[in-house]
Amino acid sequence: MKLGILVNEGPYQHQASDTAYQFTKAALAKGHEIFRIFFYNDGVNNGTRLGVPPQDDRNVTKLWSELAAEHDLDLVVCIAAAQRRGILDASEAKRHGKDSSNLAPGFRISGLGQLIEAGIQADRLVVFGD
Amino acid sequence: MSTSMPSEPGEQQENAPAVKKFMYVNRRAPYGTIYALESLEVVLITAAFEQDVSLVFIDDGIYQIKKGQDTGGIGMKNFSPTFRALEGYDVEKLYVEKESLQARGLSEDDLIVPVQVLSREELREFMDQQEVILTF
Repeated sequence: MKLGILVNEGPYQHQASDTAYQFTKAALAKGHEIFRIFFYNDGVNNGTRLGVPPQDDRNVTKLWSELAAEHDLDLVVCIAAAQRRGILDASEAKRHGKDSSNLAPGFRISGLGQLIEAGIQADRLVVFGD
Repeated sequence: MSTSMPSEPGEQQENAPAVKKFMYVNRRAPYGTIYALESLEVVLITAAFEQDVSLVFIDDGIYQIKKGQDTGGIGMKNFSPTFRALEGYDVEKLYVEKESLQARGLSEDDLIVPVQVLSREELREFMDQQEVILTF
């Protein structure tokens, strides 16, 4: 089955992103295709590379980056939601005159159309949020 | 406005542009969290993609379309006028759950947009017909 994943909560405050990660891993292991993983609402905070969780805790962003690299996943952070919350890639940082960017490896920033496309193209859009 | 209930999900025709039934379930108050505002942003994009869009308001989500919102005291932007603009995007299927409306002592006259009031049971059947459901 072709699946789209939507993550609507940030890391640590909610378990939604962890659950989405575990679900994605399990779906891939079962041979399903992941069309795209879209991060919206506070879910965009999963895309910051500047988080420093305690060493004995999981690093949610790093887990996503590693999974994306291993399976060539498309991790898309919503641009409108990201701008509000200070999640920027290098070109967005430059465009808005910010002194740094923080988007983690394996993530890309794009529009909400990418979510709608996932809804259209995937057999199921599975939503993780509050 | 169209008040007809959508039919069963149909098969896509070969080469026809893909249109799916997207339902947005708004169940939170307009302020206090960002869910209502960011839900509306997705709705507008979905309409731009010419999808079959339905909006459902249940629980405190009903307050999103209540008349007479004044956010002056809380420093938030009153985005409720945007709901009136939905018609211009061909988003005309707005539904309100009867039980949620009654529980809050409200009627259709208290709402800023025309809606169809459905019972919880009717909404359940309507949800069954949808292909993509996003709850905010």
